[in-house]
Amino acid sequence: MIQAIAFYLFAAVVILSGAMTISSRNPVHSVMWLILAFFNAAGLMVLVGAEFIAMLLVIVYVGAVAVLFLFVVMMLDIDFAELRAGVMRYAGIGLAVAVALAAEVIIAVGAWSAGTLDLTRRVAPIDPVVPNIQAIGNLLYSRYVFIFEAAGFVLLVAMIGAIVLTHRERSGVRGQNIARQVNRRPQDSTRNMQPPVGQGVSL
Amino acid sequence: MSYAANLAMTLPELVLGVGAIVLMLVSAWGGPGSTRLVSWASVAILAGAGIALTGPAGNGGPAFDGLYRADAFAAFSKVLIYIATAIAILMAPGFFQRTSGDDLRPEYPVLMLLSAAGMGMMVSATDMLTLYVGLELQSLAAYVLASFMRRDARSAEAGLKYFVLGALASGILLYGISLVYGFSGTTLFDGIAAAYAGQRSMGLLFGLVFVFAGIAFKISAVPFHMWTPDVYEGAPTPVTAFFASAPKVAAMGLAVRVAIEAMGPATDQWRQIVIFAALASIVLGAVAAIGQTNIKRLLAYSSINNVGFALIGLAAGTPAGVAGVMTYMTIYIAMTLGSFLVVLQMRDEDGQPVETIASLSGMSRTRPALAAAMAMFMFSLAGIPPLFGFYAKFAVFDAAVAAGLFPLAAVGIAASTIGAYYYLRVVKTMYFDEPVTAFPRFEGEVLQGGLIAVAAVFISPLGYFAIPLLGGWAMAAAQALF
Repeated sequence: MIQAIAFYLFAAVVILSGAMTISSRNPVHSVMWLILAFFNAAGLMVLVGAEFIAMLLVIVYVGAVAVLFLFVVMMLDIDFAELRAGVMRYAGIGLAVAVALAAEVIIAVGAWSAGTLDLTRRVAPIDPVVPNIQAIGNLLYSRYVFIFEAAGFVLLVAMIGAIVLTHRERSGVRGQNIARQVNRRPQDSTRNMQPPVGQGVSL
Repeated sequence: MSYAANLAMTLPELVLGVGAIVLMLVSAWGGPGSTRLVSWASVAILAGAGIALTGPAGNGGPAFDGLYRADAFAAFSKVLIYIATAIAILMAPGFFQRTSGDDLRPEYPVLMLLSAAGMGMMVSATDMLTLYVGLELQSLAAYVLASFMRRDARSAEAGLKYFVLGALASGILLYGISLVYGFSGTTLFDGIAAAYAGQRSMGLLFGLVFVFAGIAFKISAVPFHMWTPDVYEGAPTPVTAFFASAPKVAAMGLAVRVAIEAMGPATDQWRQIVIFAALASIVLGAVAAIGQTNIKRLLAYSSINNVGFALIGLAAGTPAGVAGVMTYMTIYIAMTLGSFLVVLQMRDEDGQPVETIASLSGMSRTRPALAAAMAMFMFSLAGIPPLFGFYAKFAVFDAAVAAGLFPLAAVGIAASTIGAYYYLRVVKTMYFDEPVTAFPRFEGEVLQGGLIAVAAVFISPLGYFAIPLLGGWAMAAAQALF
C-alpha cells in the first residue's frame, strides 16, 4: 500500500517538475526543477528495487550534470543581484521545499523497507540475494563487454571532437616546460661577478 | 564459445578501433605534418579490416551471446563502407590544401576510422544496444567532421544543425527501442521477432513506428530529410561525399536488418511506413531538386531521391528485395562518389571551390573528359538504360513487382522521370550553354582523376559484366537474413 502511494507521489512530482522545467521563464528555476525531477526519478528507481540506479541518478545527474547546467546558466546574462534580493521573502518557500524533500526521502525509505513495488508481468525478476551492483557488474563485464568497450570509443570520439573543434595553437604563449626547469643547473643560471667599486653590473 | 572466438568475429572493428588509437597517438606527437602519413595509414587499416572479413568475421555467425552477428550481409555492407570511407579520406588532402581557411589535420582520417568502426557495428548489430552504440559512434564522429572547417561559418552551421537534429532523431529511436524492450522484454532481435510473431500489443506497434522514424532520419528519407540539404551544402565537400556514401549504406543495412530480423513477423505493419517514405522521398527528392542552384544541394536532394528507390526494394520484404537494396546501394555509392569527385574539380583560378550549377556552363569544351564523366554520372543517377544506374533501379522494381507491389513500382517509375529532368539539366548546362570560365587544372591530381575514371567505368555499360558477381554476393547477403 505504502509503495503505491509513494509511486504516485513520485510519479506526479516527476511529471509536474518536468513540465515546470520547460515552462519556467527563469533558466535558474528550470535547472532547479530539473534537479527535483531527477531526485524524484531516483525515488521511483528505489521503489522498483534498483537502488544502484537510483544512486547513480542522484550522483551523476543531480551532482555533476546539474552543476554543469548551472555553469552554462551562469554564462547566460542573468542579474543575480536581482535574484538575491528576496532571500528572506522566499525563506518560507525554501523551507517548505526542504521539508517536502525530506518527507519524500522518509517515504521512499519507508516504502523500500516495506518491500519493492510488486510489478506484474515483470520480465526480468530481481534476485533478492544478489545486490544490484554485483548483478550489473556481472553482466556489464561479461555479456555486454563488447558494447561497454564500444561506449568507451564513443567517449573517445567526444574527446577528440572537443579538442579538434576548440583547440587553437596560440603563438607568443610561454608554456611551462617542466623538463627544462628540472634540467637547469646553477652554473648555467648564475654568474660570479666582482664589480669594481662605483661601476654597475651588465646582465 | 570462447572469448577469443568472439573477438575473432569482431576483428574488423578491433582493427579499426586499435588502428584509430595508434594513429591518434601518431598525430598527437607528429602534429599537422603527419597528416599525409596518417591518411595513407588509415587507408591501409581500412584495407586490413576488409581483409579481416575473409576470416570468421565474414560468416562466423552470432558472437557475444547474440549481440553481434558476422554474416554475409554484414560483410557485404562492410566492404562497401570501407571502400567509400577510404575514398573520402583520399579525396580530402587536395581539397583542404587549396581551400583557404583551415588545413587538414590528422584527426580527420582518425575520426573517419572510428566512424567506420561504428558503421561496422551498425550493420552487424543483432541487438538494440549494439545498434544504438554503433549508431552513436558513427554519428558523433560525423558531427565533428561536418564542422571540420572551423573558420567557415557554413561548416559550423552544418555541424550544429546535424548535431541537434541527430540528437533529436536518436531520442526518437531510443524512445522506440525502450517501448519495444518494455513490451517484448528483450533487446535481442530474435526475442523481439518472437514478440512480434505472438500477440501484438499497441506498445509494440508504437515502438515499431518510433524505431522506423529514427532510422528514416539516419537514411534521410522524407519526412525526416530536412537536415540533409543544409548539412550537405555546409560541410566540406569530401565530408559531404562521405555522408552521402558510407553512412547511407550503414544506415540502410541497419534498416534492412531491423526490418527483416527483428520485425520480420510485422512486415505488413512496417511495409506501410516504408512505402510511404519511399514514395515521398522519390517525389520530394525530385521536385525540390529542380529549383536548386548549388550543386551540393542538388546532390543532397539526389541522395534523398535515391534512398526512396532503395526503400522500394525493402518494401518488397523478400530476399530478392533485400538483394536489390544492396545492389542499389553499391551502384549508388559509385555514382555519388564519382559526382562528388567531379565537384571537387570545380575551382576558380585561385583554387577556391565553386559550387553553383551555372559555373558548369560549357564544361564540355573546357574540360571535355571531366564533363563526359559528370554526364555519365548524371545519366546513370537518372537511370537511363545503357548505364549501370538503370540496372540498380531495375533490380528494386523487379523485386517489388515480384512481391505483388505493382502500384508502388508504377508510381516509382513515373516519379523517376521527374528526377530525370534535373539530372539532365546539369548535362544540358555542361554541353549546350556558353562557357563562362574554365576550371583550371592543378598539379598532383592523378589519384582523383584515376578514381573518377574507375567510378565512370564501373557505372558504364561495362559494369553489366559485374552483374553475375555482384548479384551473387547481394543474394548471398540477403539470404543470410532470412
